Amino acid sequence: MKTLVLVEHGDGKVHDATLATVTAAGKLGSVAALVCGDGEEAAKAAAAAATVAGVDKVLLASGPAYAQMLAENVAALIVPLMDDYDALLCNASSNGKNVAPRVAALLDVMQLSDIISVEGDKTFTRPIYAGNAIATVESSDPKLVITVRGTAFAKAASEGGSAGVENVSGPGDQGLSSFGGCESVKSDRPELTSAKVIVSGGRALKDAETFKEVILPLADKLGAGVGASRAAVDAGYVPNDYQVGQTGKIVAPQVYIAVGISGAIQHLAGMKDSKTIIAINKDEDAPIFQVADIGLVGDLFKIVPELTGKL
Amino acid sequence: MKILVAVKRVIDYNVKPRVKADGTGVDLANVKMSMNPFDEIAVEEAIRLREKGKAAEIVAVSIGPAKAQETLRTALAMGADRAILVETEDEVEPLAVAKILKAIADEEQPGLVLLGKQAISDDSNQTGQMLAALMGRPQGTFANAVEVEGDSVTVKREVDGGLETVKLTLPAVVTTDLRLNEPRYASLPNIMKAKSKPLSAKTPADYGVDTAPRLKTLKVSEPPVRQAGVKVADVDELVAKIKALGIA
Repeated sequence: MKTLVLVEHGDGKVHDATLATVTAAGKLGSVAALVCGDGEEAAKAAAAAATVAGVDKVLLASGPAYAQMLAENVAALIVPLMDDYDALLCNASSNGKNVAPRVAALLDVMQLSDIISVEGDKTFTRPIYAGNAIATVESSDPKLVITVRGTAFAKAASEGGSAGVENVSGPGDQGLSSFGGCESVKSDRPELTSAKVIVSGGRALKDAETFKEVILPLADKLGAGVGASRAAVDAGYVPNDYQVGQTGKIVAPQVYIAVGISGAIQHLAGMKDSKTIIAINKDEDAPIFQVADIGLVGDLFKIVPELTGKL
Repeated sequence: MKILVAVKRVIDYNVKPRVKADGTGVDLANVKMSMNPFDEIAVEEAIRLREKGKAAEIVAVSIGPAKAQETLRTALAMGADRAILVETEDEVEPLAVAKILKAIADEEQPGLVLLGKQAISDDSNQTGQMLAALMGRPQGTFANAVEVEGDSVTVKREVDGGLETVKLTLPAVVTTDLRLNEPRYASLPNIMKAKSKPLSAKTPADYGVDTAPRLKTLKVSEPPVRQAGVKVADVDELVAKIKALGIA
């Protein structure tokens, strides 16, 4: 089978989630990597994609229409390319979720969302109902469009490959949408989906200031990424991109420290594949303790600063 | 401008789903069902746009069993003007749902279609994007803020890196994220009024859409269960455990 992987990149580097998607694609067949972007950054990203182990070929679509991954333009680029491929795989990220279904509909294919394993050429498993059930599904479509849950597949090595880079062009700007900027806080902290350790805070953190005072020093001490429950994001303690859960980010770090998080099923859906879960909560019956490997019942406002001090 | 808003009847947000013993699916018998929470946000946004004078009429659509009529009545009680139920007892995949919505959009000619970004049942997160593709129109997914001005809509989107803004030419499809708004509760008088609002009943065949599934569910199983571990007595013990993990 010939597969095409939509690469996500930034600063000329391939994102970790794409490395996992390359692994999933490799289970199906040969892997071509499509880099969409503009200018020097895209060229660098294409060169980086070419060295990823398991990538046989890199397609580079460069131009202003592709600079921001606008779904309208990127889907219009991918659809004709799919004449030569049997499967498109994207990360189950905000970008992949935005683009893949648009391509699937244009190909008249029913997409497989958020796969966690490859069971055969046309058979995959995927979580449904916030991960409370795992469905094994088989596609009957002639082509496959798939989004891949990055935490479920090992990352392909970013070095070792030596694929050629081929330029491709598409229909360009579809004239339907334009990019109006982004608001993101640049942070030196590890990105949530690739962090080895995550410290997450819940509604019990009271407000934005307290969240900062309690959670950040512990995260700094451990070199950890910082996450939050939906409740903490809704309450405005932290921005939306901190949210871990069914509809936020799916994470699986080595260690996940849940502070003042009760453990609603929607939150558990986003972190229960973490290797070790540590929970700190004042309510000893909180559902988070049912999944935690190590639990400590008590007042987080006393425990967390003491813990930070002693580590 | 007319707004089309799509709503799905799903397991209630607070119910813990149980896998059927025979592995054929999730047990929905005698389980509380509600409007998909993301769709509630879509309905609310449509109403707010009408309140701002940006929309004249709101048409709610649901594709599902006869009981999805209750979900539509909820949308009507919140403030939608009329409803269309496309009735089928079969499970309809996002692609077929998008095709039905496309046919309805062809008839209704909405300026804006609002949908939840995903249903909390199958977690597909596809329908809005597919509909936009089939309509040949732009999409604003995972909306955190929606501003209609003239012939365009500006959508602030919740993305992995934070927030991103796109400007789309109308007609457009927008899918809603959690923090777009807080849906209102329908008042009792409005619930009563909703009973007499028009609701037309259709079938997928009326729109010429084949709903035969493309994906075959071979089995549905329980996820691996995580066992609860140990509780430690104090911070010193926790520090020792964390050090043993090799992260500090």
